[in-house]
Amino acid sequence: MAEPQTLEIRDLSIGVGAHSVVDGVDFSIGRGEIVALVGESGSGKSLTALAIMGLLSGSVHQTGGTATFEGKALNLGDEAAMQKLRGTSLSMIFQEPVASLNPLLSVGAQVAESLVVHGRASATDAWDRAVETLRDVGIPAPEQRARQLPSSLSGGMCQRVMIASALIAAPRLLIADEPTTALDVTIQAQILHLMRRLRDETDTSVLIITHDMGVVASVADRVCVMYGGRIVEQAEVHALFAAPRHPYTKLLLSTIPRMDGPRKTELFSISGVVPDVSAWPEGCRFRTRCPLASNICATRPPLIPVSDAARDHVAACWHSDQVEGLA
Amino acid sequence: MTAYAAAWRRMFRSQPGDGVPVGVFLAILAIMVIVAIFAPLIAPYDPNTQNLLGRLKPPGTEARGVYYLLGSDELGRDLLSRVIHGARVSLAVAFLSVILSGCVGITLGMLAGYRGGWVEIVVMRLVDIFLSIPAILLAIIMVVVLGPGFLNVVLVLALTRWPRYARIAYGQTLAVSSQPYVRLARAMGAGPIRVLFLHILPNIIAPLAVVATLEFGLMVLFEAGLSFLGLGVQPPMASWGAMLSVGRNYVSSAWWIATFPGLCLFLLVLSVNLIGDRLSAYLNPKSR
Repeated sequence: MAEPQTLEIRDLSIGVGAHSVVDGVDFSIGRGEIVALVGESGSGKSLTALAIMGLLSGSVHQTGGTATFEGKALNLGDEAAMQKLRGTSLSMIFQEPVASLNPLLSVGAQVAESLVVHGRASATDAWDRAVETLRDVGIPAPEQRARQLPSSLSGGMCQRVMIASALIAAPRLLIADEPTTALDVTIQAQILHLMRRLRDETDTSVLIITHDMGVVASVADRVCVMYGGRIVEQAEVHALFAAPRHPYTKLLLSTIPRMDGPRKTELFSISGVVPDVSAWPEGCRFRTRCPLASNICATRPPLIPVSDAARDHVAACWHSDQVEGLA
Repeated sequence: MTAYAAAWRRMFRSQPGDGVPVGVFLAILAIMVIVAIFAPLIAPYDPNTQNLLGRLKPPGTEARGVYYLLGSDELGRDLLSRVIHGARVSLAVAFLSVILSGCVGITLGMLAGYRGGWVEIVVMRLVDIFLSIPAILLAIIMVVVLGPGFLNVVLVLALTRWPRYARIAYGQTLAVSSQPYVRLARAMGAGPIRVLFLHILPNIIAPLAVVATLEFGLMVLFEAGLSFLGLGVQPPMASWGAMLSVGRNYVSSAWWIATFPGLCLFLLVLSVNLIGDRLSAYLNPKSR
């Protein structure tokens, strides 16, 4: 490969206290690529993102793994080095848009934050660019809005303000943790469009974290499915939707309600719940809920290519050849 | 800084049905501050000029060409002038010690709350130790060690009172630093100093301002207490506490010497405390 990947994560593990909540996660994001990280609540996807930003705190800590950013090794635990990257090469947007903005600081100042912090623009310059960026994300009358406090903006506008604050840095990698969860569908479409445009215009790589398969299908190039702190399947988006090779992915896709199906049928759901971190089974962590489970599943399945023809479609399942017949 | 302006506005937003408007107490405080600042211009006489033939004159008498509106003390000094100049000492000591102890306490408390680890252990155990010793006792011991005098009193009061701010700043910082907006600021590359003073401090300044006002009243009393014991500002410098101390000896024959400085102390501490109470009532949503 001529060009290094924007981000490469190898064997990332994260612990909370004595428990391991993210276990040996491997993935990479290419230049200008949009990768989706999907999974249920508690599957470790948000922690993975925070670890990439070097923002794990409290009792949550990285227990292993290496990262490479644009070909250079990156020590995620090195606060000083990570702080230089945050707001320049890396930026992140969070769920809870309203709580994510400082209630006492004008939104313009918060959008300009990364430019000011890194001394990349003078105060007035940064303000002008903040107003421009607010206009870019579709905030009407940005000159006036920039001077207001977050409390006078709606939730959808706050989300766009947060996105503006991430975009103004022109990052090489944008991490978006459930960026559309709090938004209504029309705003959601605008935000996703914005991310695609960002990628198209500036070749920015995007890691989008979601549990919404609709979002995945509309923006992602590649998908990583997480379950129980591990990546269980990774594939190009069309391949994943067309022929999932891990039972969890297959069942997850079956839960999407279809507009063209018969009415009044009960919606499909995966039986059981994600087990507590302390009660994860040995071997494959999905086997307690998996219809294909057998004795061999007590041994951890490796993430292997599903066929010789599709080397970049990998799944961690001993029975991946039987998945097609499921549900 | 817009963040601080917004915090300030939130603090003084008035509510209907508040009773005696807080403005009355603010006015009393403001008058005292103005009198203190312009003391040499307002005072009719020099506070230290003795007039031994005009000793212990009751209020409203004249002796040797000096009109004693509030009477004279045991050395024939004009009590009104001394009370006016005494305001300088009381207010200056209180202001300086509140600012000094506030800066030290808030910084250490925020640091302990934000960094955790050994900083938290060292700072908060120190706070516990300081708060377990009666403050006035601690202050007396330290003044005895450092020696009396204006600057030493300020220093001692700051040293004894910073744990009050540190404890509150610590708890508030713990609560606020887990807020998503602090995480976002960090994700934008803000360093610890910027996070602490731009993103956390404005959001925790309100309860700290309440403590500072209440502490201000307490500092006035502490200074008076130390001066009363002869450990505060030294003669001939006028201080309300020192005047009380002297006046005590003459209280049966010349009641005015102790009464007027005492009255001023009472008014000052009362208004500052009521401002503090009102402030905390505004800020506490449950009491609205």
